[in-house]
Formats: sequence, structure tokens, C-alpha cells
Amino acid sequence: MSVRLLTAIAGAAITLAASPIFAQTSVPGAQADAYWDKDAQAAARAALYKEHGGGTTYYVLADRLEYQSNEGDPLLLFDGQAWWGNDRNKLTLKPEIEYDFTADRFDEAEVQALWSRPIARYFDVQAGVRHDFVAGADRTFGVLGVQGLAPYWFDIDAALFVSGDGDISARFEAEYELLLTQRLILQPRTELNFAAQSVSEVRVGSGLSTAEIGARLRYEIKRQFAPYVGVSWTRSVGETADFLRADGEDPGAVSFVAGVRLWF
Amino acid sequence: MNLVESVSRRGVLKAGMAGGAALGALSLIPAWARSAASGNKGIFELAGSEFDLAIGHTPVNIGGRTGHAVTTNGTLPGPLLRFREGERITLRVKNLLEEDTSIHWHGLLVPFQMDGVPGVSFPGVKPGETFVYEYSVPQSGTYWYHSHSGLQEQSGHYGPIIIDPAGKDPIQFDREYVLVLSDWSFLHPHEVFSRLKKSNDVYNFQQRTALDFLTDAKAKGLRLTIDDRLSWGCMRMSPTDIADVTGAVYTYLINGHATADNWTAIFNAGERVRLRIINASAMTIFNFRIPGLPMTVVAADGLHVQPVETDEFQIGVAETYDVIVTPSKLRAYALVAESIDRSGQVVATFAPEPDMRATAPLLRERPLLTHKDMAMAMDDPCMKGMAHGGMDHGSMAGMDHGGMAGMDHGGGEKQAHDHKMGAGVDMVAMVPASRLDEPGLGLENVPHRALRYSQLKSLEPNPDTREPSREVEVHLTGNMERFMWSFDGVKMSDAKGPLVTLAEGERVRFVMVNDTMMTHPIHLHGQFFEVVNGESDFKPRKHTINVKPGEKCALDFTANAGDWAFHCHLLFHMHAGMMQVVSVMPGDGEPARDHLGRLKDQPASKPSSAEEKPSQAKRKSAQKPTSELHADHGRHSGHGSKPAPPNPAEPAAPKADPMKGMDHGSMDHGSMDHGDRR
Repeated sequence: MSVRLLTAIAGAAITLAASPIFAQTSVPGAQADAYWDKDAQAAARAALYKEHGGGTTYYVLADRLEYQSNEGDPLLLFDGQAWWGNDRNKLTLKPEIEYDFTADRFDEAEVQALWSRPIARYFDVQAGVRHDFVAGADRTFGVLGVQGLAPYWFDIDAALFVSGDGDISARFEAEYELLLTQRLILQPRTELNFAAQSVSEVRVGSGLSTAEIGARLRYEIKRQFAPYVGVSWTRSVGETADFLRADGEDPGAVSFVAGVRLWF
Repeated sequence: MNLVESVSRRGVLKAGMAGGAALGALSLIPAWARSAASGNKGIFELAGSEFDLAIGHTPVNIGGRTGHAVTTNGTLPGPLLRFREGERITLRVKNLLEEDTSIHWHGLLVPFQMDGVPGVSFPGVKPGETFVYEYSVPQSGTYWYHSHSGLQEQSGHYGPIIIDPAGKDPIQFDREYVLVLSDWSFLHPHEVFSRLKKSNDVYNFQQRTALDFLTDAKAKGLRLTIDDRLSWGCMRMSPTDIADVTGAVYTYLINGHATADNWTAIFNAGERVRLRIINASAMTIFNFRIPGLPMTVVAADGLHVQPVETDEFQIGVAETYDVIVTPSKLRAYALVAESIDRSGQVVATFAPEPDMRATAPLLRERPLLTHKDMAMAMDDPCMKGMAHGGMDHGSMAGMDHGGMAGMDHGGGEKQAHDHKMGAGVDMVAMVPASRLDEPGLGLENVPHRALRYSQLKSLEPNPDTREPSREVEVHLTGNMERFMWSFDGVKMSDAKGPLVTLAEGERVRFVMVNDTMMTHPIHLHGQFFEVVNGESDFKPRKHTINVKPGEKCALDFTANAGDWAFHCHLLFHMHAGMMQVVSVMPGDGEPARDHLGRLKDQPASKPSSAEEKPSQAKRKSAQKPTSELHADHGRHSGHGSKPAPPNPAEPAAPKADPMKGMDHGSMDHGSMDHGDRR
């Protein structure tokens, strides 16, 4: 058989295989494979499915980046959150840093690294670790929490922490946004910290340890950029307050705050 | 420079484009979309059967600001493609982008492998490649084309299509214009979308504020106002959540012109002017009106409807309406397209002279969603406040549940929800109801006529009047807070295959249940479905329908073979997952029918009913011989196979009855050749 004939037969076979006669054998959802290159079509199909609903997004939020007067002992506070992922799985980071200008030190520096996953329409369950970078009292915790939107528009972030020593503590944060105008927004906020036991090294007593209530009035120049002013009242209670008094510190403080909320 | 080019009807599009390119800044607007001041006295005849289209990046000037667009042949919108029903069309699409592209011919009954959806109909057009589309279509009317790749549609990759009828056009007019409505963002579409994922109300600057609370409390009483706020808060829903992307980020366009650009169309007093209105937006449902000038709707989604006069209509993304207007006064009229949430509008001028400017009406007050849009059962815990008339439905006070059935919006029947729930479904419609007899959100109480789907009646009798043999219930689902959207609670990225597999020629009913509080323009590729708005054989046939919040409606169609995309035409809803494939497998036993429902194997189908209504007799006479159907249909004329012969022009069937009330007595072909179009 000549090469030319072979080529002709091969050519005819390819033409036949590519012809729509073979469409009859195709499967639902892949019928176009009968007309186009199968691999190219498979790749396009995979991309199509992934692209429509399977995308990943990132989010970086500085919820509170502010100066706190703290009754003459001013602080710089950064409370943020960032996530990266898709609708099903997200890697979430929650840094919170408090810098004391007078003492020139970080009173608090913690980061949580969490895996976040929806458990309900408006809530995600979050699990991971938290590390406190405070000099002399570095600690690592396991974290289990929920974050989401409760009825009546309360933003909730609640977490349970278990330290390497087995100490258990918990934190509950709630925020609400009251629109005075489309851009002027009053945000009341509360944070409650609890501990299951006393840990004197970190000056935390059992039960409700600290409570914080504040309100911030922000103006959204852009949705992503909003300077604010506000007031925040922090109070340590119970045994935690006793620790602070023993250290010669005031267990309660009222701060005027000024800062900026931004996200991208 | 001669802006008014004369391009012969058979001239290829290239000629027009070459002329446009010499116009500098004006080249960014194709000839057909130019303002009257720039020489547009109607539509340029850029017609032919062969088209060369290049998809590339172009800087564009919108309202005096420069933006970056993805364009077809360098213009936004793309060139008007005009050809004749049944003609064999060749379109060579060259991709000058660094990413894949595609063109979907919206509403055109092309063979599915020519439908232009990457991953469904073909692999897409790679950078640097040229893809050749070839098809003929058995239809005429106003349509459009757009990218089905990524978010290119938002960036300007869209343009109009006019298919002239093979025979006489039953619509008589002296002059015609295409109005392509769209939404433009100077932000990159991916950024627009990504912000919604991070904060779903980021573009909503019409939320209810503390001040609104005080105003409402004063007007309706404190108790009712508190109940109302508690109900919405309980559900974590906002009654102002009407458009996801608003005038805060969009510049709305008519033919690529912002209000500031004052696009102008001219007329002579007493002329019948046909406006072909296409909503080519990515995310914007528009209310369209011409204050002071009634419009007679003569076509919807390309196909003729019995003339119905109205003053305003809501046009979903991807819908098209043809209207006839007869301006009798020598004054400037405003062509107004207003976003459904009233956050913005675009105004163009329709005037006797090119240098006139219409007075733009003030934006109307934004509408609010009501309990009707939730379609929730009255015994839902969150509905307690509503039951006492917390919304503006005071008459509901004292009603018991049984009474719901008698209310025009109460379906009464509790809806079953046999679909996936979970984080992607924030609510379900417990008592969805038909809303075809409503004009759409915000148009219920306008002080003039507003079009309702229930008013639309096909001009031609429906080609296939068999009862559906299969019913498929599809729920429109989503979670606004997470900006997740889906069908039946399943995003496309989580789907394992087609939504449903049908058999060619099968009569199918899609029952749409909107479980969300948003209006979704739902588009099924490759089919015209009858909107079941009554018992008649003249149901309107559409390719896209606005499904209102809490609505349940039925769409009947005769399955056309192929794999077809089925999606919400709000681009970011689709991108978030509100898309599926509907697969129609080639014939198996049932007599094969084409996508118009006509039997393929016989020259003419016998009506099933023994008593022939006059309309049915006409339907038969309107049918085409089988050989031509195959030519039209071209399902088996794949790429590389022998092209089917063009469909010869044929005289239109007599259509006396349905044409009543239509002023076409003096109609002849000459009168529609639009001598004044240049």
C-alpha cells in the first residue's frame, strides 16, 4: 500500500470521526465534543464549571485602626480580619495588636489563623490556632468559634480558646451598624472575655474577666474608607480586676477614640 | 469629512468600519450608534452575509472620561449586524485579547455548536485565533450578541443584531433606531464583582436610615414602623436590596452615550418610528419610557406581538422590545432608561432637530420590596409584624391564613422545596404566586400605563400547542449576604452535569420558582419558550424573562437538540453560580420536531384538535416545507460539513386576524425600505 493511500485512509477516518454522525454517541452536557477537539472541549468545560461559582476572593479589613486616649495612657489599637478562599473554605486571619505609647511596648499582640466554613445561612464555623506574642508570656491556643450575622443585623464573633496548658477562655464580640445617613454610621460594639480558671501569670481571673462597650461614629467617604471618632469603656471585673489593683493599675478606663476603618 | 456614509445594503460591514476608523474620536462609536449631530439620521445599512469581527482592547470616552473597554471592531457598542432571515451567515471572529473570548448570538436559533458558549457549545476562541461561525436562522427581528467569556460583557463586548424578515415585515414604519441600553463601570468588572463578595451592599446608597425610621413612624405610627423593621431584621433582609450594582458605580448608556453625551435621534412630525430597544447591560434591569409619547409594543425578544400601547416598560437584561412611536409634536422627547432601583438613569434625546436636548426627568423615588416579594407564609416567625400591616398593606390587618387564597398575590398553596438548602439558600418562597400581571418592581403605582407580560400576545399563532409532557421545576436560589446565586441551591461549580436532560422535540414546561427577593432575567439558550400567561394559542415567545421576587411562572417549549446554557442574565449572578446546562439529546422515538415545534418529517403537521380554528389553518399555511426547515435549522451542518443552501425568500403567509388594530393597510415592501435611513 502506498503512503499516499494510507494518508488518504487516515484522513478519511479523521473526517469521519469528526463528523456529527458520531454525535449520537455523545453524552448529555458534552454533545459539542462531536464537533470540536475533545481535549479542548473538556478543558473549556472544566473552566466553565469552575468559573461560575467556584472563584476565590480575598478580603482585608481593618475594623478598628485607632488611637485610644485611655485616660492619659494612650494606646494604638489594630483589630483586623483577612480571609482568602471560596464559598466553601476560607483561610481567615484575625490580628489584634495593642501598643502602649507611654510604656513603649505591645500590651497585646495576637493572631488567629483559622479555617472557616459555612455551617448555616449566615454563620461560619472557624477552627485553628491563636498565638499571643506578648514578651514573656507567649502562648498558643486552639480556637473553635462561630462568626456571622445574627437576626436583627448583629455581627457576631464568638470563640473558645484552649491554651497549651489546658486553660479555657472565651470571647464574644457583637457589632451593630445604625445608618444615620447613607454614609454616616453609628457602630455600637461590645466585647466580653471569659475565663474558666485563674491564670495569674497573665493576670486573668475566672469568670467574666473584661467587658468593653463602645460606640464609633464613622463617615464612609468611600465604603472602603471611613474615618471615625468614638468612645470606648473598658472594665476588668472580678478576680481580673483584683489582679490589676494589686499591680497598681486601674481596672476601668474610658477612652476617646479616633481612627479609620478600611477594607479592600 | 462625509460622516454620512452610504453603504449599500449588500456591502460588507468592513466598508463601514473602515470609514469609521478615519473619524478619530468618533470611531469609538459605530455609525449606527452615533448621535444625530454626528450624522446619524437613522440606521446605517451595514448588512451582508459575511462579517469580520475583531475583539480587542480599546480606550473609550464615556461622559467625558476615558475608560478601558473590550470592544468589537474597536467600538462600544459593537457594530450592528444586519442580515436576512434564512440567509447563510459567515462571521469570522478574531481574538486580539490576551485571554479567550467568544460571541454568543443572543436569541438566535443557531445550531448549538455555533451558540458561542465556551465549555458548552465550543471550546472558545483562543488569543490570536480566528473562529468562523456559520449558520442561518429561521427568524427575524431585534437581537444582540455578546461575549460569554469571563466578564467581558461588562467591559463593552456587545452589539445589536437586526434580522430582516424573508418576506414582508408586518411592522410598518418610516424610520428606525436601535437603542442599546447598557451599564458602564470605570472599575474593572472583576473588582466590581469582588467587592460584592466582600460586602454585598457596597453599592447600595439607598438603604433605610434612622431618618427614614422617624419619617415612617410619623406617617404610619411607631408601632407599625417598629414591627416592620423587626420583620426585616429578623430575616436579615433589606427591602432596599433591589439592584446589586447601582448608579454609585455605573454610568448608564444608550448606544454608548452617557446622559452628558446627549445621544440624539431625529424624526419628522407624524412619522412612524420603530425603536428597537435592547438591554445589553451586565447587571441593570431598566425602566424605559418616553414621557409624553405613548409606545406601541410590536415585538418582544425579536418576535412579533400583537400591538399593545403603553407608556413604560421594565426591560430585563437581555430582553428586547420593538416599539412604534408616532411623535406628532415638534418638540424634544426624552428617551429615559432608569435603573430598577432608581439609583441612576440615562437620558437621550428624540427630537426634530439634531441640536436639541430633551429635559431629563428627575429620578423617581426608589421602590421598596414588600412582603409580597418574600412570598413567605404568614405564620413565619419573622412575619408577625407584617401580618399587622407593617408594610404599606394596611388592609391585611385581621386577615387569617385562609384569606390568603383570595388575595391576588397569595398563592395560598404552600410551595414544596425539594432542592438543596444550606448556606447558599438564605430563604425560600413558601407561597409563591404568579406575577405575570404585574409590571415589575416599582411600576405598580406609576400614574400611567406600564407593560405587563400578561398583555403580550404573539402575533403569529404558537407553532406547537401540545400540552407539555414533562414538567421541570427550577428554583432560583441565593444568599444575598454571601453573594451566592444558584439554581435549586446548586451553584454551577458544584453541579456534576446538566440540570436536566431532555429529548429532542419533547414538549417541556419549566416551572420557575423565585425563592429570592430579586428580579432575575432568566435566559434559556437555543429555544423560544412560551410564557404561559393564559390559555390562548398566542402566548408570547421569549428567550429571556424577568422572574419577579417570590414569583412562580411556567415556560413551555419544544426541546431543540443540543447542549444549551441556562442562566440568570445578571452577569455577576451567573458568575456566582446561577447557571446550568440543559441538555437536549437528539431524537429517540418521538417524531422529530425542530425548535419551532414543527414536525420535521412531514411537510405540515396536522393540528391535534379536530375543530380547526382559523388561527390553526393559518399556522399550517405559515409552515415551511421540510427541506427548508433543515436548511434553517442546520443542526447537522457542523463545521466543515457542507453548508446548507440559503433559504429562499418566501412570501409571508396571510395574517389577517391577529393583525387587527395594526395600521398596515398600506404596507408594502417599498415602504419599509426606509429611504430616509441614512
